[in-house]
Parts: sequence; C-alpha cells; structure tokens
Amino acid sequence: MSRVDTFHPFARVLHWLMSIMILTMLFVGAGMVTSVEAKHEWLLSIHRPLGITIFVLALIRLGFRLTHPAPPLPADMPEWQKLAAHGSHWMLYGLMILMPLIGWGMLSAGNYPVTLWSGFQLPPILPAGPALYAWLREAHRYLAWLFFLTFLAHMGAALMHGLIRRDGVLPSMTGGSND
Amino acid sequence: MQEPKKRPPPANVAGRWALIGLVVVAVAAAFAYVGGWLTPSRLTPKRLVNALQASGGEHPGFRRNHAKGICVGGYFEASGALARYSSSPLFAAGRTPVVGRLALPGGNPYAADSSVPIRSFALRFDLADGEQWRTGMNAMPVFPVSTPQAFYDLTVATGPDPATGKPDPEKAKAFFMSHPEAGAFLGWIKTAKPAASYVDETYQSINAFYLRDANGERHAVRWKVVPETPATGDGGPAAGDTDYLDADLTRRLAQGPVRWHLQMVLAAPGDPVDDATKAWPDDRQTVDAGVVVIDSAQPQANGPCRDVNYDPTILPRGIEISGDPIVVARSAAYAVSYLRRTGEEGHLPGTAHPKEDQR
Ligand code: HEM
Ligand code: HEM
Repeated sequence: MSRVDTFHPFARVLHWLMSIMILTMLFVGAGMVTSVEAKHEWLLSIHRPLGITIFVLALIRLGFRLTHPAPPLPADMPEWQKLAAHGSHWMLYGLMILMPLIGWGMLSAGNYPVTLWSGFQLPPILPAGPALYAWLREAHRYLAWLFFLTFLAHMGAALMHGLIRRDGVLPSMTGGSND
Repeated sequence: MQEPKKRPPPANVAGRWALIGLVVVAVAAAFAYVGGWLTPSRLTPKRLVNALQASGGEHPGFRRNHAKGICVGGYFEASGALARYSSSPLFAAGRTPVVGRLALPGGNPYAADSSVPIRSFALRFDLADGEQWRTGMNAMPVFPVSTPQAFYDLTVATGPDPATGKPDPEKAKAFFMSHPEAGAFLGWIKTAKPAASYVDETYQSINAFYLRDANGERHAVRWKVVPETPATGDGGPAAGDTDYLDADLTRRLAQGPVRWHLQMVLAAPGDPVDDATKAWPDDRQTVDAGVVVIDSAQPQANGPCRDVNYDPTILPRGIEISGDPIVVARSAAYAVSYLRRTGEEGHLPGTAHPKEDQR
C-alpha cells in the first residue's frame, strides 16, 4: 500500500536502515580516534567497509529520491521551517555522499591502502600528498561534527512534528498514521 | 496536501517539549562521552603524542618520535621458506619493492647520533596486489613497558620537568621502582653502546604478531632483520662528529647494496605474545623469510619515506595483529603524529611552518 502522503516503502526502509548505519558511523569514528585500546583497531576495521556501504546506499537513495518526489510538507508550516527542513535534508544527502568520499580520498592521499577487509582494498581515488591528506583528514572531522549536529536538529524536528504538531510528517516516514 | 491531519495542540505541551529536549541532550551526551570530552583523564592518542612532543620539543614537519632519520630504498627477495606459515604472496619466492627509513628514537631531529644507543629500521613492502606491509623495528631486544599507559607514564617521567625544563632523575627512578617489568630493558641498556653504523644492527619487531597459513592456522611470531655481513668494526666516528650515521650509510652504499635477512621467530606454546617486555628464549625455531636489500638512500626532507606512516597494523592478509596492547596504541599515536606533520608540511592554518631547508 502506498499513499500519497507517505514515503515509498523502499525509501522508508533505506531511511531507517541508513539512519542506524550513519549514527553508528559517527559514534564509531568519535570512539576510535580517542582510544588507544584494542577497540581502536576493530572499530576502524568496521568503519571503512560500513562507510563505503553507506556511500553505495546513499547513491541509490539519491537516485530514488530524484525520481520519486517526497510527500509535501504541511501547508500551514511556517516558511522558515520549510526552508530549514529542505535545507537540512539536502545537507544530509550531501554529507552521506561526501563523508565516505573524503574518507576514501584521504586514505588515498595519505598513501594508505584503502582496506575494506583483509586482502581486499579499493584503488586510490586521489594522488598522494601531505597537504591534501591533512586537509581531507581535518575536513573529515569537521564535517562529521556538522553531520552530527544536522542529525540532532533533524531528529528534534521529527519529534516536534510527532509530539507537538502531530501532523503527517513523522508518519510519512514511519508508515504509521496519526489517527 | 494533508490539511485533514492538522490536530489541536496536545494537552501537556511543556512536558512534550521537555521530552524532546531530553532525547536530544541524551544523544549529544552519549556522543560527547564516546568522543572523550566527558573523561579528560582517558589516555587518548593525542595525549600520548603530546607527551612525546613535550619530551622531544616542537619541531614542525617532523615525526613526533624517531624524528631524525634517512630514507632508504630497495627490495625484498623472498626465499619462499615462510610460505608454509603465511598465506601472504609476499613470502612466495620473488621480489617486492620496499621503501624504508633508518632512524634514531626520540623527538629531536637534531639530536647527536651518539645520544641514544638505539637505532630503528622501518619498512614498507608494496605487494603487487596493492596490499602493503608496514613495520617499524628497533635495535633492542625488549621494550621497557607492556601497556600504553605505562609508556605514557614513562615518557612523562623521563621528559623535561615543566618547572625546570630538565628531566628529573628522581621521577625516572620512581617510575622504574614501580615498573619491575622494565627490568630486562634496563639490564640491556646499561651495556648498550651507540652503534657507529646503521648497517651493522639487528632490528627487532619486539611486538608479537600472528602469521596465518593457507589452512587458516595461526602462528605467533616476532621478527628481526639481521645484517648479512658481520659488523666490520672499522672504527667509530671521529670525536665530536654528531651526524656520522648518514655519512657511514652513504659510504657503504657506494660500495654496493647492504643486506639484512628477515628472520621470523616462531613462539613455542606458553611464550608471551601480549607482552613486549619479555624476550623469548634464544632457541626458538627461526625461519629465514628472505633478504632485504637496500641499494639507495635519500635525505628525509624530500625522500620517499617522508610522508609514510609506518603504522604497524598495516598488514597484508597472512599477517595479523596479536593481543599486544602496544601495537594498537602505536597505530593510534602514529596517526596523530602523521596528521600533525602532514598538516605542518601542507601549511594548514593554525599549524607551525616547518623549516624547509633542514627537514
Ligand atoms: C558516512 C560516512 C562516514 C562517517 C559519518 C565518518 C565519521 C568519522 C568520524 C566521526 C571520525 C572521527 C573524526 C575525528 O574526530 O577526528 C572518522 C575518522 C576516520 N574515518 Fe570516517 N566516516 C565516514 C566514512 C569513512 C570512510 C568511507 C572511510 C574510509 C574508507 C573513513 C575513514 C576514516 C579514518 C581512517 C578515520 C580515522 C583516521 C585517523 O585515525 O586519523 N571514514 N570518521
Ligand atoms: C605505545 C608505545 C609507542 C608509542 C606511543 C610510539 C610512538 C611513536 C610515534 C608518535 C612515532 C612517529 C610516527 C610518525 O610520525 O610516522 C613513532 C615512530 C617509530 N616507532 Fe614508535 N611508539 C611506540 C612503541 C614502539 C615500539 C614498541 C617500537 C619498536 C618495535 C617502535 C618503533 C618505532 C619506529 C621504528 C619508528 C620510526 C618509524 C619511521 O622511521 O618512520 N615504537 N613511534
């Protein structure tokens, strides 16, 4: 069953699957770079393949989104809120594609093997160079923070729609109804 | 449009807002905790490198440890003898190019070659299939400590005292009193002398690793590279010469390539694989995996080793890390050091500029 005012079931599955994966990635990333213990190593070995999986899913998702318009936001939402909603959604799409590309690119620039699992590595996508490595490595950190803050705002806004406004926005993604 | 969905405001609006705020704050707090912001006493890679930097001084563009060194190049000629123990194609008979670095431990790139009785050898093997093996070895039999925390404490205890700017022997003494595991290292270093040549030294992995063979069987190992020609002992450096190692290397290379044998030492059951302070007995089975042949050297300022992070966890399939906690801490700390020096190299805003001519 697909209603006009909900996202397509495929979009909903991707949304919830990827939200778990991305949140995991942010926590894994923050945890691994601040640890000198064994978890540093196994978190890093999850980080690379999971990040590349997110990249692939994000491309599929973006393609699907461009061919399957999202249900419209409620007409009575203030204009600034609509702008914020659309802006943050495109920001999230951008980051879920850019972050893995930067991760892959910075390892290439640092002349590291981009190992997804033992014995399998991706080819470099950028030439090796210290300045390029350092810029991308810093960008990976600051964009991760931006990613996390955008996610917090997105989650807060979704809860606001579901708990305060109680409009059709949250059900459009959960697939439930607010009746 | 979805006009009919519009509902009257719910009863307890303030409570609902509070709930939303609580969820947002809880997620943010969890993130802050994982990222270490709520636990400033956690030993992070950054703190490890800060301690090394405090001890070695500020030298933008240089490694935060083993700062003084020279790039070398050549190849590894595998004998094939290790192929039984490791599935890595590196160990099937044949040739693999290497980029290496010979260096002195310590964070001061201008230290005198005689200031420490230890030299180091790092190697990156570039396998044909795109895999890499990176290893950093020291010319010593054991490490002074077995955990990252103890390494941090050791670095602080032997580094300059913030009050006087000089190391405080009392602090070092107190550290070693409370760290009996350093005994083997202290016993060794008492008689160790700074070698007159990089070429005559035997360099050891010190940390243990596992080899994995084609049947999936694991073998605990440590490795060392042993010079093929015994030490010539042809005179030490002239008195007052502080940079004799590079000159000696250049002289030797002018006579032809220098060679080390890569020897894999297999643990016997019961040998410690997670403690770098404990040597294994001398009689352990040793497999000669092949020869490391070095035929060129370049200054590190523009040589191919400059922008290499010899992270000991970068391993091809067929070699794996062990439970030795030092190995992972090295990986984490080397990444921080690498970012700092590449950032300085690349003149990122907020970084100090390296002295181009001397690096
Ligand atoms: C959605 C995708 C990704 C997210 C959200 C993400 C997030 C993060 C975060 C939060 C950090 C810690 C940054 C810091 O505080 O310094 C980090 C570090 C790192 N990321 Fe990612 N990342 C993603 C994709 C990737 C990919 C695809 C790769 C590689 C193929 C990668 C490689 C790395 C590496 C190597 C580090 C640590 C580097 C070091 O120790 O210096 N990341 N990432
Ligand atoms: C927790 C313990 C240790 C810490 C925190 C540490 C830290 C460091 C750092 C920060 C660097 C500079 C990395 C770079 O910028 O590329 C370095 C280099 C090096 N370390 Fe360690 N280290 C530790 C233990 C060891 C051990 C056990 C060995 C020997 C087996 C070792 C051998 C080396 C070598 C050979 C280099 C120089 C690599 C090169 O020439 O580029 N380290 N260490």
